[in-house]
Amino acid sequence: MSKITIPLGPQHPALKEPENFMLVLEGEQISGATVNLGYNHRGMEKAAEERTYIQNLYLIERVCGICSHSHTTCYITNVEEIAKAETPKRALAIRALFGELERVHSHLLWLGVAAYEMGFETLFMYTWRDREQVLDCLEMLSGNRVHYSINTIGGVRRDISAEQKAEVLKRIAYLEERTKYYVKIGTEESTILARTQNVGKLPYDVAIQRGAVGPTARASGVARDVRKDEPYLIYNELDFKVITHDTCDVFGRLVVRVLELVESYKMIKQILNGLPEGPIAVKVPMRLPAGEAVNHYEAPRGEDIHYLKANGTDKPDRVKVRAPTMANLQSVAYMMEGGWLADAPLVIAAIDPCMSCTDRAAVWDPKKGKTTVYGWEELRKMGIEHYKRRGVDFSRL
Amino acid sequence: MEITLPLFYLIIFPGFLFLAVYGLWLQWLDRKLCAVMQNRVGPPWVQPYADFVKLLAKEVIVPDAAESGMFRVLPFFAMAAVMTALLCIPVTGAALFPFQGDMVAVIYLLTIPTVTFFLAGWSSTSPYSTVGAMRVLTQLFAYEVPLMLALIGPAILAGTWRLSGIAEFFSAHPALMPAQAIGFFAALIALQGKLERLPFDIPHAKNEIVGGQFTEYSGRLLGFFNLAVDMELVVGAALLNAVFLGGQNGFTGAAAAAVFLAKTIAITFLLALLKSLMARIRIEQMINFCWKYLAPAAMAQVALDIYLKYRLG
Repeated sequence: MSKITIPLGPQHPALKEPENFMLVLEGEQISGATVNLGYNHRGMEKAAEERTYIQNLYLIERVCGICSHSHTTCYITNVEEIAKAETPKRALAIRALFGELERVHSHLLWLGVAAYEMGFETLFMYTWRDREQVLDCLEMLSGNRVHYSINTIGGVRRDISAEQKAEVLKRIAYLEERTKYYVKIGTEESTILARTQNVGKLPYDVAIQRGAVGPTARASGVARDVRKDEPYLIYNELDFKVITHDTCDVFGRLVVRVLELVESYKMIKQILNGLPEGPIAVKVPMRLPAGEAVNHYEAPRGEDIHYLKANGTDKPDRVKVRAPTMANLQSVAYMMEGGWLADAPLVIAAIDPCMSCTDRAAVWDPKKGKTTVYGWEELRKMGIEHYKRRGVDFSRL
Repeated sequence: MEITLPLFYLIIFPGFLFLAVYGLWLQWLDRKLCAVMQNRVGPPWVQPYADFVKLLAKEVIVPDAAESGMFRVLPFFAMAAVMTALLCIPVTGAALFPFQGDMVAVIYLLTIPTVTFFLAGWSSTSPYSTVGAMRVLTQLFAYEVPLMLALIGPAILAGTWRLSGIAEFFSAHPALMPAQAIGFFAALIALQGKLERLPFDIPHAKNEIVGGQFTEYSGRLLGFFNLAVDMELVVGAALLNAVFLGGQNGFTGAAAAAVFLAKTIAITFLLALLKSLMARIRIEQMINFCWKYLAPAAMAQVALDIYLKYRLG
């Protein structure tokens, strides 16, 4: 049978964000796959250099629509480290609470997306309906459903009242009940098993070699979790397990995520019941002394790394974000090769990709065989020329 | 007068107009049932009609690389085959044009839409359509045999290959109907595959190959393809009704029409239930399933019917 090349993306129903995967097919089987990034680069790191630390909080929150809290917490830890601020314990606990609520909503969202990619629409509808419970919790606590904006430099913006605590616990109890049902469905329903078992294999050593993080790595038996390895916030005081699985396939990733939901419920209850008393924020000066900081954070998708360099002004010198998808994307082509075309969307979805958080852009000259660096003026000129060719003149702006 | 009545049958009831209106209505019922099962609201009943009218008004785009003539004629071919099949299936009374062996003709006519789907995908020449077309054909080999085997059982028992005859036989011997349960469910699952619905919507699995064989179709042509699929649902349900459920069960006139509607709705309900209970399986898993379980089940039904026939004399 002759080979055909099928483009999966940048515009494709299986992808929620523009990204391109070129699949070489032999019949129904994938014999080669390439991942192409760069359709969604937003230049956020550069934009962060033009804004103050407080303004950056809202910019960094928009790196990702799902793990918004992860990015701000990671960024703010860097800022507080450089400013040598003593963040109150209660603020740290509230940050951890939001982190876990975020993990719950992200994992429920993933479960729905995975169900949708395998064509199980009923499970998709069910999980997204239940996800509303945790989104309602977040809205009640912070005023927002997705970009909570709860973090501020030196603490958090809102306190948690006794009524709110009771309401969150009530909804978490409901979600615990539902999650038991999803564990049962995910591990027993025969079509789900048929679609996930032995699909997208990522053996232990390949996962290490390609630097997989988060649930993707844990499903390959790699017990890596920043919350356990290097506890931040108040995670050293919480009792939870690092969930791993040894099947190294999409089924393992499903089981890891669903069981992590159970761990998150446990942690949410512990945090709420043991919320320390005290203030929720301290004052931090607008200008930061010169210095550098790097921190990592266990986002729902895996390890998120932020680097910050301060130069003594109220604006950062450099902000660098390494979103977890960047690490996991290295494994995607490996997982797809040799598999079925029908599994490709599921394998991509199984790393829980967040493309725009990850996206990088580089100018590659195939003739010279090297990358070139463009400055601001050159990029501006190129942009104006590009639109001029399409009949729009931006040169006066 | 002699010419008006057949024309009325052909064009209005139970011919083209009824088939189109009822097919679109069943599409709504199917969508609504699935929505309720999935805890959603679902579309209002006018939605399928509105969608159809909207598609009729839209521009038709034929890809440059496609063979224009064939590309345009295929949807009508599919629709014509489905409508012709209905002529041999009893709806409210005996079928319009029954003849000995019409069951084979109906099975043949119901294969034509699938072949047009393949040709539609193949003649579109885009990668998604090509993969979709190959899947259509692969899937055809998986479900067609179980479907035929399942239909043969009752025919053997009734001693006739005329669909109206089979229906009359089971109306007269309702006690034999429960014995056809295996065959009925095998045929139901095969019909789900024929209609390319979840878990067998592999040829146009949207997350994998966008629109599958219909990716390049738009406007009026897509509308007629969709209509043909909806009509196929009615004809498929009517076929199962005639073969397994005893047709109109001896009723005549309005009562027979009510029985027909009730049974096709019940079959649609079962199909919608199947659709919302499962994930889509892979093409090779479908072939395995159809040949390992579905075909032997249908064969067991044939054996059972031969035995029953022998015992009853």
